[in-house]
Amino acid sequence: MEAVKKERELIVSVSPHIRSEESVTKIMWTVNIALLPALFMGVYFFGLRALFVTALCIISAIASEWLVQKMAGREITISDGSAFLTGLLLGMNLPATAPFYIPIMGSFIAVAITKQLFGGLGFNIFNPALIGRAFVLITWPRAMTTWIEPTAALTGLDAKTTATPLGILKEEGLEQLLEIFGTKMNLYAELFVGHRAGSLGETSVIALLIGAGILLYKRYITWHIPFSFLGTVAVLAWVFGGKDPETGKLVLFAGDPLIHLLSGGLILGAFFMATDYVTVPTVRKGQIIFGIGCGLITMLIRLKGGYPEGVMFAILLMNCFTPLIDRNLKTKPFGFVKKKEGK
Amino acid sequence: MSLATFKGGIHPPDRKELSAGAAITTPKPPERVVIPLSQHTGAPCNPLVSVGQEVKKGEVIGTAEAFVSAPVHSSVSGKVIAISEFPVPVGRLIPSIVIENNGQEEWTELKESPDYMNLSPEEIKEKIKAAGIVGLGGAAFPTAVKLSPPKEKPIDTVILNGAECEPYLTADYRLMLEKPKEIIEGLKILMKTLGVSKGFVGIENNKPDAVQKMKEAAASESNIEVCALEVKYPQGAEKMLIKALTDREIPPRGLPMDVGVVVQNVGTALAIYEAVRYGKPLIERVVSVTGAGINQPKNLMTKIGTLISHLVEECGGFKSGSAKVVAGGPMMGFALYSLDVPVTKGTSGILVMSESEMVHAEDYKPCIRCGRCVDICPMNLMPSMLSVLSEAGFYEEAKEYNLFDCFECGSCAYVCPSKRPIVQFVRLAKSMVKP
Repeated sequence: MEAVKKERELIVSVSPHIRSEESVTKIMWTVNIALLPALFMGVYFFGLRALFVTALCIISAIASEWLVQKMAGREITISDGSAFLTGLLLGMNLPATAPFYIPIMGSFIAVAITKQLFGGLGFNIFNPALIGRAFVLITWPRAMTTWIEPTAALTGLDAKTTATPLGILKEEGLEQLLEIFGTKMNLYAELFVGHRAGSLGETSVIALLIGAGILLYKRYITWHIPFSFLGTVAVLAWVFGGKDPETGKLVLFAGDPLIHLLSGGLILGAFFMATDYVTVPTVRKGQIIFGIGCGLITMLIRLKGGYPEGVMFAILLMNCFTPLIDRNLKTKPFGFVKKKEGK
Repeated sequence: MSLATFKGGIHPPDRKELSAGAAITTPKPPERVVIPLSQHTGAPCNPLVSVGQEVKKGEVIGTAEAFVSAPVHSSVSGKVIAISEFPVPVGRLIPSIVIENNGQEEWTELKESPDYMNLSPEEIKEKIKAAGIVGLGGAAFPTAVKLSPPKEKPIDTVILNGAECEPYLTADYRLMLEKPKEIIEGLKILMKTLGVSKGFVGIENNKPDAVQKMKEAAASESNIEVCALEVKYPQGAEKMLIKALTDREIPPRGLPMDVGVVVQNVGTALAIYEAVRYGKPLIERVVSVTGAGINQPKNLMTKIGTLISHLVEECGGFKSGSAKVVAGGPMMGFALYSLDVPVTKGTSGILVMSESEMVHAEDYKPCIRCGRCVDICPMNLMPSMLSVLSEAGFYEEAKEYNLFDCFECGSCAYVCPSKRPIVQFVRLAKSMVKP
């Protein structure tokens, strides 16, 4: 009888017996795809060298993951897209002119040290790509802060070096920035398209927003972190970002929030790195605190710190607070608040 | 108009179309039935019969003295051929009475009450208890106990649960289509017994025809409201249902009576009507036999104690590639290791899943803290933390994350992109510590 024959083959497992289609692999590859428009713009503005730097990052990241997992006798998980993503993000956070050892070392620190030595996917405390970037920035400060003009030439090798808009804003002031870009409207437009010096994948706001839109639409990320992050930056830039052009003294409520929102690594960081599941709070309320904290530290560094840009350190510092935030903002179970209503 | 619902929850494909069109039919009588002496929450029954004894259909064959218990009855007429331990769908071995069916369908004498609405609440509860009625939604809690709340917990509302939020299952749906009048009568009996003036029937809106039928049946009852609910799992969980219909929230680890509500499944309401009106004990129930792995999905009025293998045969057997048989729905049901287990009072469905629908739970990954489970947990817990703590053996710490508030609906495991067996981790932790 068919039923009797089948009986020995019945599969027994715990409920639920159906699962959603979502998987870690699918999420990781979708994020990778969402970053492609911005990478494309980076290659368009900074030349094939940008593609080379990014590819080298990705290859090194995957190789590092494979190496550590092989040595530790763990399952090889390079196909899940997470090492690829770390490499891609690191690459997009480097100048297109970075010498070859920077992508290799950065990726190794990111994947082997920051991620795998802490236990692999899901166990790292800090955002791997950002630790990789922090490492290479501190180790090779000159190479990491040499920027080229976006020449829109595919070779990009003979492009002139220049400073980033945030660097100019910090060192020489808004007037100098406007002199370079012409009108304010033109400045906004160039920043929005990404026609400016900077890390190869961070410049094109429009391309990054397209990718962010995909992730928001698929609900792979939610508004909580990016919007609280950006909102805090905008408010602080408006309140504390204004300077008297003559004396250089602080003028309250006179800053230009748009310049701060559109420049530096803010959009890339807020939508793609401050939203890294593993290293940010899980509870929505905690995510808003995380976003606000990122915004505060970013603006503190941008306005008062030694670096022109602070997104990387802001996210890394807030990563430290993630366990603390999570522990103190546990959800309240259903029925808890209205406990007294039960007569 | 937005439909009543709760916060959180998931939207799995409902797959009800497989068996929704199949009117309730009676399978050919089983040759024997295996009737477990414990099919309910509470004290198991002691057998009242001995091997070799002849019994009639509807005759009491097991009772218990305890307040929280329900007697069991023979679902066939015939001879007791064994009393010993048998496996039940949830996997345990339970002392059971095996009765060989003589095919005569000879009923024991039933006490009818044509003027049942004039019975006193005590008489009604007595009849419900004697009929062995338990909650047919799955938990199988003795109904008479639910109808006897302590004095300090006044009840003002009765809710009939017709949500049937588990995917695939259509047993309650068919009952609402085919016996709406009787179900409403059952609700009226419940309301009278509890002295309550407000009754609700909550039905998920993927069953608009059932909503319509029930509305028609309740048209003349001004204090009964039939409500369409948003289609969302676990809409039929007591706490979620009460929240959706009355906006009351049961406090953590509380019961519906803490907010003045009694909830009964629509199938239970029908059983109550039949017990009070006709004196009929609970010896049969509707079971949906469905899923991509069964040849002819059906809704079967099944005698309690019928072996599941018998129902599978009744539905044309397995399709090739069928891999898993689940007693209950896909979200909270139990996978069977043998088909030779009986249908009990709490068996709402038999789901035969094919290889293509399988999830291989052993291939799970670490938690990536994506927070999907936290977003959808209907109890607003943090399943991610529960699973991580339990996996690492920190069971006591899991209590800080309200471990015991979890009712294991499985929504978290459904959405988990790492495919973690979160429900299993929760059960493990619960078994390792005291509440």
